Amino acid sequence: MSLTSRAKTAKRRRLWAVFAGLSGLGVAAALILTAFSDNLVFFHSPSDIIAGKVAPERRFRLGGLVEAGSVQRQSDGTTMLFRITDTAHSVTVTFKGVLPDLFREGQGVVTEGMLNRQGLFIAREVLAKHDENYMPKEVAEALKASGQWKSGQGNPGTSPAPK
Amino acid sequence: MHRFANPARFQRIARRILPFFAGATVLFIGFGLYYALLGSPADYQQGETVRIMYVHVPAAWMSLFVYASMALSSAVALIWRHPLADLATRAAALPGAAFTALCLATGSLWGQPMWGTWWVWDARLTSVLVLLFLYLGYIALVDAFDDPERGAKAGSILALVGAVNLPIIKFSVDWWNTLHQPASVLKLGGPSIDGTMLRPLLLMALGFTCFFVTLLLLRLETALLDRKIRAVEERVS
Repeated sequence: MSLTSRAKTAKRRRLWAVFAGLSGLGVAAALILTAFSDNLVFFHSPSDIIAGKVAPERRFRLGGLVEAGSVQRQSDGTTMLFRITDTAHSVTVTFKGVLPDLFREGQGVVTEGMLNRQGLFIAREVLAKHDENYMPKEVAEALKASGQWKSGQGNPGTSPAPK
Repeated sequence: MHRFANPARFQRIARRILPFFAGATVLFIGFGLYYALLGSPADYQQGETVRIMYVHVPAAWMSLFVYASMALSSAVALIWRHPLADLATRAAALPGAAFTALCLATGSLWGQPMWGTWWVWDARLTSVLVLLFLYLGYIALVDAFDDPERGAKAGSILALVGAVNLPIIKFSVDWWNTLHQPASVLKLGGPSIDGTMLRPLLLMALGFTCFFVTLLLLRLETALLDRKIRAVEERVS
């Protein structure tokens, strides 16, 4: 065998080794991620709770949209009561503390806390979820005026939560 | 490709194109910053905070792009023993780590007022943090051997293995429920970002890319000179 062709086969062997190593690794990563997919979920939806996927008195995150017209301030002035919906089901949430800037009716939020025995979700933390739409205020208003605003595309139409 | 494998030829070309990339960096980032800070409207929900995005998103894109190019040059180094590939991987690592750190820092500054938290352990944020550790791990590993060739080989394998993380970062927001929003620009059905906001974003992204190329050329030049000095030193001693 000549020297150049031997160098060529060595290169081809290394090419295959890298290729095989990477595809093996890719398959392994895909399998691991599929196996863990339930644990990688950052939050559960109200439908998951209705379906009984979450045990009561255990801390977890609940995510969904703040139901329009459901935000109430309790008489003590700091406790908020609102409903989180995924449009199929909804769960009542109570929270005492400072809400983020983006919290408003129709907005996506993620709350952390636990369900009590009565099915009321007691949140310790409320995070606002931002969507992938970026536009100036005038464009948002023009879209709403022309009726092209898609629901579920954020919802700036509703007023901010009473502060 | 082997035509450019010759370091002398590479140096000649690099010196010629370096001023163009340096000029383009100044131009793109200059105009990009003008449109990002002054010449674009505030967002309908986020208000002025949206301007953080013009640094955050290009930094995030660069962190992925730089790692992808490191994985590619690692493969070239392992398979074809290309004389410049190892140096290129090494030269790209520090700028890549800096872009990733910038992405995490600006994201955190945006997250505090918008989400109400500096940090959450969701799939997107965690996978980007893993990317930062991959960069730092590579930088630590390549210099951990007495024999620079063995260091480069170990580093190349680490860079290739870490490439598995890239699709995980990109698609984490689609595969799992995350607090981080899904993609706005690179997605099916076209960007969901208004044209007035897309312009500064793309200008900044071009500026960041030119900045990276400028840095890479400078660092490669330094590495080649460094290698020459070491060769001379060895001959003398």
